[in-house]
Amino acid sequence: MIPRKNHRILVQGITGKQGTFWTEAMIAYGSNVIGGVNPKKAGSEHLGVPVFATAREAAKSAPFDIACMFIPPMMAKEAAIDACEGGARLLVCLTEHIPSHDVMEMHVAARQNGTRIVGPNTAGLVTIDECFVGIMPAFNSKVFRKGKVGVISRSGSLGTLLCLNLAQAGMGQSVFYGIGGDPMIGTTTADALRLLDADPATEAVVICGEIGGSAEEEAAEYARTMNKPVVAFIAGRQSPPGKKMGHAGAIVAGGKGDYASKRRALEAAGVGVADVPSQVPQMLKLHSIAA
Amino acid sequence: MNFEEHAAKPLLAKFGIAIPESHLAFTSIEAQAAASAIGPCVVKAQVPTGKRGKAGGIKLAATPQEAFQHAEKILGMEIGGWKVSKVLIEAQTPIARELYAAILDDAASKGPMLLFSALGGMDVEEAAERDPTAMRHIAIPIDEGLTEETARRALDGVDLSEHAGSLVDVFLKLYRAWHELDAELIEINPLVITKDNRVVALDCKFTLDDSAEPRQKAVAMQAAPEKRTVLEAKAAAAGLKYIELGGSVGVLANGAGLTMTTMDVIAHYGGSPSNFLEIGGEAYTKAKTALSILLENPNIKALLVNFCGAFARTDVMAEGVINAWLELKPDIPIFFTIHGTGADEAVALVKERLGIEPFDLMDDAVKAAVAAANGRAAA
Repeated sequence: MIPRKNHRILVQGITGKQGTFWTEAMIAYGSNVIGGVNPKKAGSEHLGVPVFATAREAAKSAPFDIACMFIPPMMAKEAAIDACEGGARLLVCLTEHIPSHDVMEMHVAARQNGTRIVGPNTAGLVTIDECFVGIMPAFNSKVFRKGKVGVISRSGSLGTLLCLNLAQAGMGQSVFYGIGGDPMIGTTTADALRLLDADPATEAVVICGEIGGSAEEEAAEYARTMNKPVVAFIAGRQSPPGKKMGHAGAIVAGGKGDYASKRRALEAAGVGVADVPSQVPQMLKLHSIAA
Repeated sequence: MNFEEHAAKPLLAKFGIAIPESHLAFTSIEAQAAASAIGPCVVKAQVPTGKRGKAGGIKLAATPQEAFQHAEKILGMEIGGWKVSKVLIEAQTPIARELYAAILDDAASKGPMLLFSALGGMDVEEAAERDPTAMRHIAIPIDEGLTEETARRALDGVDLSEHAGSLVDVFLKLYRAWHELDAELIEINPLVITKDNRVVALDCKFTLDDSAEPRQKAVAMQAAPEKRTVLEAKAAAAGLKYIELGGSVGVLANGAGLTMTTMDVIAHYGGSPSNFLEIGGEAYTKAKTALSILLENPNIKALLVNFCGAFARTDVMAEGVINAWLELKPDIPIFFTIHGTGADEAVALVKERLGIEPFDLMDDAVKAAVAAANGRAAA
């Protein structure tokens, strides 16, 4: 789902340093934050919203649509399962370095409770001028301005650069969908592509991919069926094989997940692949997307 | 992180999977002594990489004297870029049949997967490629774990019925090991049936999930060293992700995606990146440490700082870089492009304290850095 103004947001770990900083930014942006979680500060108020012991507890008096986690990796599984059981429709999991086995259990809990997980290791979601969940510079008008291009990214920093490139070329964005740099993410590039395809405010889509895994190849299969133009940039062309390039998911192993195969799959599906991010706006203009 | 055989196999034994008797030897004399105690043995190079047999790193020895001779040859050998500094002296096992079994993290099903093949041994990957049906893939629901019934499915249609009970037992133990050790991969190749009908693990490959290290400290201490340069080791000790690439344009960026992209754009404009170094995530306060490590690389001819802050605050990172730059006074040119969270403050800081104007467009910053590194004046 795409975050909307009316979606009720619960922030797990709201009282921490990062939780506080980014929740303030979300509220200032207009996101509908209705409460937070910290078992040690249950019953108090923080940033003008009530703090609950658990998400399940919050659900009783303050039901929510979206949960957003500012939780350290070793405690993330418990918090994620709590959010799923508390009825989150969407769980934005920002945490990086969650043990893989914990991530698997999180996905089981999500499936059993009908929760859609975004991440782990996502920088979050921005519906421009409407709702922001996560750790993106949504409020920076040099980077984000209302427009018609949807952006999907495995990386927060590269996604920010792509949005900046669009803004510098006078093009705005409809939605930024950060899906996360982990190998086992809940919402894949193809899933996000489906969402943006169905979003009436989005007229074209940019995929910021990277080496590793097969997310771009799978997304290419869906892009083939779309009427909206899709342009991609894939990071990691110069990265040596066999090394994890920062993200746990960004690794070329056993000849799989390399740059060439991703580019081939995307181009075969009619997706334009830019050599450098700054070419993306021009490639979109070729598809006559107005600013 | 990876483990050498001598560290991985005792982990299997802890979960009740049979392994041969063995001793670790660091010299040929030690190898000979171990062989005297064990009898006919196998001398096995201990390096954290595959294909040891094909490289000549695994030899049978009937006598202690023979073990000594093999150890003489194998110690000091280079296999897959690793120098062999120790050998495992292992009792010979009478093999009737070689099989393959593994449990690994499967990204597609987001859960564990049991792999089994009746064709074990050195060429199992090639065999599975020629005939995909040779390798069974059984997805395991992590909330249920591996049940006997599911484990038995791996053996469907395989002519191993008389050993089914003991093989299923090994699969169940292997799954417990995967689960309790936070394994990314735990592989037995070959898993053998001996001439006296025992099931024994002759080799083990174990990869620990890096993210699980905080709760697997005792196991992690047994991990093989990483293949790292001096500077890479230094960066790792400081909690930084640094990879040396050999080019002349130094890269300092935040976030994995942006750092990889910066390398790509440098190459696109005719330069060659000297490194991957990202200081995003929680590392964004370590700009100073990062820069001093970068500058120790003698190949760097120009430095490109590319920040696009989301979570990472560019003003904090820029301040770290500026402080380090003024302290270290390097004699190479530095180029900046800064956007995102805290960018206005960061750009002002760079102008004020270094007298350098950051580029608005990343492409312009990259072109300037490439030109400087290639010894030309910036256009």
